[in-house]
Amino acid sequence: MRTLLAALLFVPAVALAEATYPLDRAPIEPRDLVSLQAGARTFVNYCLNCHGAQYMRYNRLGDLGLTEAQIRDNLMFAADKVGETMRVAMSARDGKAWFGVPPPDLSVIARSRGADWLYTYLRAFYRDEKTASGWNNRVFANVAMPHVLWKLQAEQGVAQYDRTVRDLVNFLVYLGEPAARSRKSIGIVVLFVLGVLFVFAYAMKKAFWKDVR
Amino acid sequence: MSDNQKVDRARRNLVVATSVAGGAAAVGAAVPFITSMWPSERAKAAGAPVEVDISAIAPGELKVFEWRGKPVWVIRRTPQMLESLKTVVAKLTDPASKDSLQPEYAANDHRSLKPDVMVMEGVCTHLGCSPQMKPADAKAEMGGDWAGGFYCACHGSKFDLAGRVFRGAPAPTNLTVPPYTFLSEGTLLIGEDKKGA
Amino acid sequence: MASRLMALWEWFDARMPSVAEEWRKHAAEYYAPKNFNFWYYFGVLSMLVLVIQIVSGIFLTMHYKPDAGLAFGSVEYIMRDVSGGWILRYIHSTGASAFFVVVYLHMFRALLYGSHREPRELIWIFGVLIYLTLMAEAFLGYLLPWGQMSYWGAQVIVNLFAVVPYIGPDLALWIRGDYVVSDATLNRFFALHVIAIPLVLLGLVVAHILALHDVGSNNPDGVEIKKRKDAHGRPVDGIPFHPYYTVKDTVGAVVFLAIFCVVMFFMPEMGGYFLEHNNFIPADPLKTPEHIAPLWYFTPYYSILRAVPPLFNSQFPGVLAMGIAVLILFLLPWLDRSPVKSIRYRGAYYKVALALFVVAFVILGYLGIEKTTVWGQFAVTEGSLMDRMLDTKDRATWVARVCTVLYFAFFILMPWYTARDKVKPVPDRVTM
Repeated sequence: MRTLLAALLFVPAVALAEATYPLDRAPIEPRDLVSLQAGARTFVNYCLNCHGAQYMRYNRLGDLGLTEAQIRDNLMFAADKVGETMRVAMSARDGKAWFGVPPPDLSVIARSRGADWLYTYLRAFYRDEKTASGWNNRVFANVAMPHVLWKLQAEQGVAQYDRTVRDLVNFLVYLGEPAARSRKSIGIVVLFVLGVLFVFAYAMKKAFWKDVR
Repeated sequence: MSDNQKVDRARRNLVVATSVAGGAAAVGAAVPFITSMWPSERAKAAGAPVEVDISAIAPGELKVFEWRGKPVWVIRRTPQMLESLKTVVAKLTDPASKDSLQPEYAANDHRSLKPDVMVMEGVCTHLGCSPQMKPADAKAEMGGDWAGGFYCACHGSKFDLAGRVFRGAPAPTNLTVPPYTFLSEGTLLIGEDKKGA
Repeated sequence: MASRLMALWEWFDARMPSVAEEWRKHAAEYYAPKNFNFWYYFGVLSMLVLVIQIVSGIFLTMHYKPDAGLAFGSVEYIMRDVSGGWILRYIHSTGASAFFVVVYLHMFRALLYGSHREPRELIWIFGVLIYLTLMAEAFLGYLLPWGQMSYWGAQVIVNLFAVVPYIGPDLALWIRGDYVVSDATLNRFFALHVIAIPLVLLGLVVAHILALHDVGSNNPDGVEIKKRKDAHGRPVDGIPFHPYYTVKDTVGAVVFLAIFCVVMFFMPEMGGYFLEHNNFIPADPLKTPEHIAPLWYFTPYYSILRAVPPLFNSQFPGVLAMGIAVLILFLLPWLDRSPVKSIRYRGAYYKVALALFVVAFVILGYLGIEKTTVWGQFAVTEGSLMDRMLDTKDRATWVARVCTVLYFAFFILMPWYTARDKVKPVPDRVTM
């Protein structure tokens, strides 16, 4: 038992990870619908040109408190019907030809990379004449993606740009798992029901086992 | 009541209580499994209403559109075509469309919202083939008193220019009219009655 | 009405083996020891998880597409477009990990109380067969989402078969159905995962329980309750499984489901241990991820595989060690020479050995998830004697090697230390 405890204490102190760029915590609030809507707008205007989100339907954005008319008028540039998926305008072949690697689909990017990585990445671009796009990134060295948000960053100043990126990342996290909010609320109901069931089941057990000695 | 009886009572009550709670939980747990079998968002999107442009359809012409995998015919009926509808009533199986499928606004003499625009599914109500349009002048093929309509090559069913089935055909009912609405003079939304939000 | 039902029942009963008799034999008059404790929940919980996996699996199969081009998308289709699909997916992914948690605790119970000992050796053997089948089922299932981890994990493990002498490469080719893991592999893994292995699993579980009910259950004191029977021929320390254990297991099941639901609804990814982050990237045969790790329940054996260095220019010794680490479980009933079954009456040797085994297993498990560089390198001067002797300077690999030795020592030295252990007298009757 003591050896087990010692081993467990030993582990965290010595878990030497490889040297990676330190990530900032993404200050996202998944329940902030205003932030999510702003992030959706940024996403559709800046990301959907090259990246797709092929597993996400436009009409699902109703989750963010938008009506179908609002979705159709403000967020749909590359599709006709609101039930369609957010497919990218660019083909994979063109993407590979232009960037060297086709821009990945972003439907679940927040589940593979994580919110903190995305938040830091989008704020870590810097000018570098040696690359094809003229941009490089401190989190992802020699990334093929140019700094698509450079104009926003220049116009908005640090605090506002950070908020823009925060909203975008908030949206990307939502995009990765649109059911997350109902998952948590249903979970609370389920645990409550199981709690009630436990009370009855336990009382039943006690009643039957009273005479077992 | 003896002690034993009291214990049995207590046990039985708790078994009942636990079973009821457990049954409720089981029903709740079954819900996602059962609902997962309803049409998914993908199926619903594929079956969504279609917006079609009918402004270029000339009088007397038929255009075919697709909705939910089925052909939907839109015919711009001429006044002569509308007149001919009255002459064939005696030869129809279901002239009042009592047994046939159509929205309430199409349960009239011309089976449509506007008399000059006929919208119906081009699917024979016998076994599902798609009939051919045979205009009024196809009398050589269709017989001297043919006033215009449709002929299903599979088993010989005949329909008039409002999709109503002629007697003697294996098809039991008139061609189905889907829900539809006019978004403008020249645009139809097939698949939905009211204008979508 | 009631008499009609009775008549119907009698018609049925006259043509089928007696249901009432089976109910009596396996539930209402199956006398189980009255002193079952916490460790005795996990058998029933294993059955519960099996049912959960089968039911959720059936409904997932209604929407999943076993095609290399469609699989990843079909999982996201389930998560987003199918009503309640995300529930089905999370039940199945949480259930897979839950299955191993429950099965490992169930096996540990055997080690604690000697449930593998005579006359229960066959129950143990069926159990180890179930364990092996379960590992196969999990491995096959993990390819199905067709993510980066799915693909490369399958690639690595199938390539292990290629290391077998003489027949290896052909064996791997036959398993894959192609030169690399591909659509052909995915389709056959789907067939095996969905129907073939579950049928084997169900058959083995039935055999496991039949063997158990024939001999009767063990208990925390290791006392054979059938040795003391009352005037009616019933064990004095036994109680009928129904209603006592049906009622008690209901409570256990509710608690288990509550924990299951906490994970499923609030932390289904479990920090990347139940749903790996890299598996949200579609499989790319041209790009290997930086770090491939199997799911947590395989990591102890993966550690053993990595710990053994190549010998005679072959990786086969590592593969062999990993295989023997699992297969040696079969020998347990015959390695254990203690006169006593339960740890309550064993001496210090066994307690220390078991503790070391658990610690080694857990450390091996942790190291299997991490890269071999996770604990850094030994500071050794370049070119020195030490430098030339050590095949690797990774500290983690050397710790894994020590733990591998401890793991095998638990089994290999068992005939020696269990025979020499100072045991305590075992009571006649069970203690509550």
